[in-house]
Amino acid sequence: MTTNSLTTSQGAGRAGDKVFSGAAMAAGCLILAVLFGVALFLVVQAIPALTAPAADIQGGHGFFAYIAPIVVGTLIAAVIALVIATPVAIGVALFISHYAPRRLAAGLGYVVDLLAAIPSVVYGAWGAAFLAKEISPAYDWLATYLGWIPIFEGPASATGKTILTAGIVLSVMVLPIITSLSREIFLQTPKLHEEAALALGATRWEMIKMAVLPFGRPGIISAIMLGLGRALGETMAVALVLSSGVLTASLIQSGNQTIAAEIALNFPEASGLKVNTLIAAGLVLFVITLGVNMIARWIITRHKEFSGAN
Amino acid sequence: MTATVVRKRSALTKGQLPKFAPYIVLAVALVVAAAIMALIGFNAFGWGIVAAILFAVGLVSWSGAVEGARKAKDKLATCLVVGAFLIALLPLISVIVTVLINGIPGLITPGFLGTSMNGVTGAFDNKAAEEGAPVLGGIYHALMGTIQITLLATVISVPVGLLTSIYLVEYGNDRPLARAITFFVDVMTGIPSIVAGLFAAAFFFAIVGPGTKTGAVAAVALSVLMIPVVVRSSEEMLKIVPNELREASYALGVRKWRTITKVVIPTAISGIASGVTLAIARVIGETAPILVTAGFATTINNNVFGGWMASLPTFIYTQILNPTSPSNPGPSDQRAWGAALVLIILVMLLNLGARLIARMFAPKTGR
Repeated sequence: MTTNSLTTSQGAGRAGDKVFSGAAMAAGCLILAVLFGVALFLVVQAIPALTAPAADIQGGHGFFAYIAPIVVGTLIAAVIALVIATPVAIGVALFISHYAPRRLAAGLGYVVDLLAAIPSVVYGAWGAAFLAKEISPAYDWLATYLGWIPIFEGPASATGKTILTAGIVLSVMVLPIITSLSREIFLQTPKLHEEAALALGATRWEMIKMAVLPFGRPGIISAIMLGLGRALGETMAVALVLSSGVLTASLIQSGNQTIAAEIALNFPEASGLKVNTLIAAGLVLFVITLGVNMIARWIITRHKEFSGAN
Repeated sequence: MTATVVRKRSALTKGQLPKFAPYIVLAVALVVAAAIMALIGFNAFGWGIVAAILFAVGLVSWSGAVEGARKAKDKLATCLVVGAFLIALLPLISVIVTVLINGIPGLITPGFLGTSMNGVTGAFDNKAAEEGAPVLGGIYHALMGTIQITLLATVISVPVGLLTSIYLVEYGNDRPLARAITFFVDVMTGIPSIVAGLFAAAFFFAIVGPGTKTGAVAAVALSVLMIPVVVRSSEEMLKIVPNELREASYALGVRKWRTITKVVIPTAISGIASGVTLAIARVIGETAPILVTAGFATTINNNVFGGWMASLPTFIYTQILNPTSPSNPGPSDQRAWGAALVLIILVMLLNLGARLIARMFAPKTGR
């Protein structure tokens, strides 16, 4: 029997099409499943910690008494990081997009991206071995002259391993994220707006203030939010740099702890209910960062819709 | 009266600083800063900072006096923007110098790349620190662990990520599912790495049994971090394949899946490959997910599916935080910095490789 080669090849082709598109769609669905799986498995493993009697949880006052101080610590570290990183990052982004010579701009952008390529554990080691030591005289100065402000209350940590040092290391790590996103937004500023401002006699700074920054504001906000997400979840910088302890208001004493560092420091040796407690802490971190990232992405997509018209 | 005739300056450049003004201010600022530093004790870093502040103040006030407030504000903004860039360079230079200075002694120790930490105890480190004996132990087990875990993560992530990006570009057509995937892939890029590690740990605890820690668990954790990166970069690359190529292929009667595998992917392969390389560079330095999923090992373990496994980042972390000899952390620090140097070299090579791939295998345009 001879089969019609045309129809068999057609049949195979049709099957191939179906298999291929099916596989592509399955891969996409797998990603959604993984994300929901992340949430699901974290919840399942966290429930024992949430329902356990308060006395069994570390500290003896239940899960929420355990998690509250480290949530605050996480927020403090992230806020320090953003307060330092945001102005610098916007400055760097403006430098690359509007100040640097055109030929150098791409290369300079690559240099800033190198900051993102350095592994977090190396930043942690650098912060612990170099930055903490170098910066502790500055903490002494702060404690002496600005000690009346609660956040600079002395005595300053002699090793420099404080939440402020951790925040500075975090700011270095979020800097490339905020920079690269703001840079892209600044480059999208309509050229005609810029030229119109310059033609009216504006100086370069006035042009940036009138044309570039208003156009880029939603982009900058979402870039900061993404940086916040990174700073909240970053583990190594804090785990290696901070000598942790109870929640304290002073930024230049040892103390405070973040969720991610708490998990990293305790999970390897944990067993039993302690594992569930740490996974529950991870769930809290997941929910916080998910919320922050979703807001950031929502701002970006909303912004994309009307910037497409330009 | 001849006084008005002698005046040479054009009315157009009146009220402007001369071109060389910044250089004069810079020179004065450097000299004054050096003088100030000489009074309070000289160091190069402080000199740079004081000089930069003096330069900004000097230039802005001179400009304010001659050119008026608007120009002065512009000069101030320029100084701040350039200053921000220089500040951003400081940590980069500092990190690289610190790692080089501390890492080279470790790296050139004989056997550093070829031996594991098996049998290296605190007694050896005490001897090395107190009597000057050679520092024993190396990173071979951690290097092998990193390579195996990263390889497995790549094997998992690349097919899933590539197929997803194909779905988004070729089949998605802005359907609700495609939009949901795009949104959640973006959200996934923001998952903290330690949460990815906890997910993999919780998943295997529930499926295999509590306390399961192997290289494969770590690879799953890294895949969660790697997939979104692969999807984003491949999607961008597939999008820039010209539609004419697809239409020419359809016009010849070629099926869609053959068009994708034979026309679209080969055209975009250089971009996809460089994106995958960058994704590997991103996850190879991840510490937290491996810490909670693969445990610590001091011996060589070539089985990703059984037993604890070491990796370069966790090796650095444990050597710093829990030195082999608590009384003499020196040798452990030396090994940690040596490993950090190796890790940075690996990451830089991957970044460089990504650029080379993108350039060398770029599709030829024109004839």
